[in-house]
Amino acid sequence: MENQESGKTMEQLNEPILQVVGEDLLTIDGLGKSYGTNEVLRNLNVSVRAGEFMCIVGPSGAGKTTLLQCLSGLSAPSAGEVRLRDKVINEPPEEMAIVFQDYSRSLMPWMSVLDNVMLPLRNKIKSKSERKAKAMSALEEVGLKNHVGKYPWQLSGGMQQRVAIARALAYEPAIVLMDEPFASVDAQTRAELEDLTLKVKRHLGITVLLVTHDIDEAVYLSDRVLVLGGSPTGVVDLVETNLGEERDQITTKSTQRFAEIRTQVYQQIRSNTIKVS
Amino acid sequence: MKRAKLVLWEIWLPIILVALWLILSTNSVSIYFPPLAEILQRTWDVWFFDGIVENLLPSLWRILAGLFFAVVVGVGGGVILGMLPKFEESIRPILEFLRATPGVALLPIAIIFLGLGDNMKIFMIALASMWPILLNAIDGVRSVEPILLRVAETYRFNLKDRIRFIYLPNAAPQIFAGARISIAIAAVVMVVTEMIGSANGLGYYILDSQRTFNILNMWSGIIVLGILGYLLNFAFRGVEGAALSWHHKRNG
Repeated sequence: MENQESGKTMEQLNEPILQVVGEDLLTIDGLGKSYGTNEVLRNLNVSVRAGEFMCIVGPSGAGKTTLLQCLSGLSAPSAGEVRLRDKVINEPPEEMAIVFQDYSRSLMPWMSVLDNVMLPLRNKIKSKSERKAKAMSALEEVGLKNHVGKYPWQLSGGMQQRVAIARALAYEPAIVLMDEPFASVDAQTRAELEDLTLKVKRHLGITVLLVTHDIDEAVYLSDRVLVLGGSPTGVVDLVETNLGEERDQITTKSTQRFAEIRTQVYQQIRSNTIKVS
Repeated sequence: MKRAKLVLWEIWLPIILVALWLILSTNSVSIYFPPLAEILQRTWDVWFFDGIVENLLPSLWRILAGLFFAVVVGVGGGVILGMLPKFEESIRPILEFLRATPGVALLPIAIIFLGLGDNMKIFMIALASMWPILLNAIDGVRSVEPILLRVAETYRFNLKDRIRFIYLPNAAPQIFAGARISIAIAAVVMVVTEMIGSANGLGYYILDSQRTFNILNMWSGIIVLGILGYLLNFAFRGVEGAALSWHHKRNG
């Protein structure tokens, strides 16, 4: 199922990544989803490894959001199953957090930043001071230590999304799903948030599965890029980026390797888009 | 300083109007419109403090108890109906029918079943003033951002937390807007129920004074009623300001 990339020598150069990345954490097994007669997803098979950063790209309307709904247990699959470790997902699992695209609407406007981050911990942690400590350290992780008493709407868009990220981190999930998390911020903020997400992911050793329509973003962030396409949507390719652990907006994006993968993913998406239409 | 200015700006017109009333009525010989100075003197004599204990406190108790039940039923019912849109749709016509029926029209029935005592009065106040709260609570609960509900689902909020941290705060601005109308309705119903077969209360006092041609007392009761309404509204604004500070700050 995994269409391995050709450049074997590059892979060997970047050997360390494969050691960081562990065994399968999230397994998508023969997943299909139909709404009535409208088949959106057909026979998806992918495994997300523990500690991996995987981005999902595909032409618009490819059912990326539907896929995420199935992965998070918000929507039941029509065929196959999704497993987190060995447990079949049929409701939102305790070890999973989601960051939504619409930051301004995914935070409670009636609560301070700190309360927003603390709220999901109510079910997990009895002690309020412990909840607060967890929330504070997550907010510190995303650089919002000095804004905890503000309301979300008093912050800029990028900062609001960082609150949502902190909320996900404080929940201490094994995997974070992100649904086009940086699609509604300006380019500068988007770059900052990308780097923040990479830093946090490395620092805390969590697994991230991020849906995006931006191929550059996908290649820049990912250990592996999952390319979706076709109608109904299936897996077109799973590309190992081998860009190394450390990434930089300027130097990483100007490497030969980055350009290669970017081109490869682009071509796959374009040929699939043409096939569809 | 800014606050003092604001207060001044709010009270200059009332002061002028009262002063005009005071001056223009000084030499009034009309039985029905006695001089304001006499009315104020009578108000002081009658109401401070015997009248307060005799007639104001019973009224205050009835309106507060009535409003309490209106809030409990309005908010409780509103949250439940707001979370069950299908069910709410099916009973909407009944709700609209009941709401459109003037609450006071049910007074004769209420008297048959509950008599003339406080129970009937509190029931009538609650029944008539509940509607704005109930209907606004339904709307407020239904207008919750769907993404917030997905967030709640993802983070496995239980029903209690969903209501407490999402539905109620989301509906709160509308619930308070409804409650403001409810207070006005409650005051009307309070006076009306007290005018029928009652032995005390502001409504009783005003009507009884008029019937016994004690026009000064009648006017003093109306003034006290006005003050009560003003103070209730003032207290309400305090509660609202504290509960909805996020909402007011956000909307400037």
